[in-house]
Amino acid sequence: MAVKVAIPSPLQQYTEAKETVEIEARTVAEALTALAARYEGLRKHLFSDAGKLRSFVNVYLNDEDVRFLARDATPLKENDILTIVPSIAGGSGMVMGGN
Amino acid sequence: MVTVTAPPSMGVAKQVQTQEGLGGPVDVLSLIGRTPLLRLKHCSREFPHIEFYAKAEWANPGGSIKDRPALNIILEAERAGLMNPSKILLDSTSGNTGIAYALICAARGYRLKLCMPSNVSAERKHLLKAYGAEVVYTDPLYGSDGALRKARELYAQNPELYFYADQYGNPANWQAHYNSTGPEIFEQTQGRVTHFVAGLGTSGTFIGCARRLKELDPRIRCISFQPDAPFNGLEGLKHMPTAIVPKIYDPTVADENLEIGTEDAHAMARRLAREEGLLVGISAAAAAVASLRVAKKARRGVIVTVFPDSGNRYLSEEFWNEESA
Repeated sequence: MAVKVAIPSPLQQYTEAKETVEIEARTVAEALTALAARYEGLRKHLFSDAGKLRSFVNVYLNDEDVRFLARDATPLKENDILTIVPSIAGGSGMVMGGN
Repeated sequence: MVTVTAPPSMGVAKQVQTQEGLGGPVDVLSLIGRTPLLRLKHCSREFPHIEFYAKAEWANPGGSIKDRPALNIILEAERAGLMNPSKILLDSTSGNTGIAYALICAARGYRLKLCMPSNVSAERKHLLKAYGAEVVYTDPLYGSDGALRKARELYAQNPELYFYADQYGNPANWQAHYNSTGPEIFEQTQGRVTHFVAGLGTSGTFIGCARRLKELDPRIRCISFQPDAPFNGLEGLKHMPTAIVPKIYDPTVADENLEIGTEDAHAMARRLAREEGLLVGISAAAAAVASLRVAKKARRGVIVTVFPDSGNRYLSEEFWNEESA
């Protein structure tokens, strides 16, 4: 399935400044794996050394938190939108210094 | 020992004795500040030559250290004639300052509008709703910097409607800590504090406390810390190299800056709860990690840090269910 993945601004430096990336995948797990394979710089920020999604990384399928669906086994449909956000609001946003 | 006798109109005279005078009724805002200083016994076992202490800022009525700068910002605005019941207080927040504003505005009869990223913890959203605050939720992809931009945009559209509190640029923020948190630390350690450690969010806590402590004793080493990456789970803290840098931040104040990893903070939060009986928030756990790192390089000392809030605000987070390696 062709899906879009929305990238949080602190990670856009690893996706060639792209805010959204198109990925072919059948499940959330496949989409994230494919994303990290295409943009290697994302891997250590999204996944632990053991290859699990870091605990503060939330993934939304359209407007639903996948933790309340089938987590990374959640199936995807054509044109679904996955959004990666931290589960809390850290202080960092845009990749730029100054006001 | 204090003895209090009931007035004669109640019939048979009744007396109560207490160890200390409890004092009379107080206003909720007078409960802000003068928080307890906790001894961290577990940390000391690893470093027997070091004493570790932390300010228990969840003891503030709003549940976090942010009650202090929020109150000072509002009081200074009143003194300057900028805040009155005809104005709406406007600011951006990742949560704790918003809760503090909500409490104070409710107590003083002010209206409040907050810009906040929608990925703040569920507990924060519930608290703001309980206090009756109006919240504009912003895109979580842009974090608290996105909320800051939204607040600036709203203010620019209608400057007459608002007092823009601007916690990231308002000197009343760091001055609150200069006038209260810093002197409290000095007093509560009888002037023995050798190291002060605090995280950087708006940077008000670190800047205000460090400035005051160094005036009281220039030998005190002041160490700031921040997340080790722009994408992180340390709520309320800023990765300064990649964030919108707060106007009140001054990188020359710190003697040293450390970088703390999210998973290290998570593991410490679990450890503090299960080994010290202290349920603390994520940035507090990060402060404990930073304090231990400072201890590794110190032969002896009295290290004081700040625990900004309680773990009660983060119980919906997944990391409590993990086991440390």
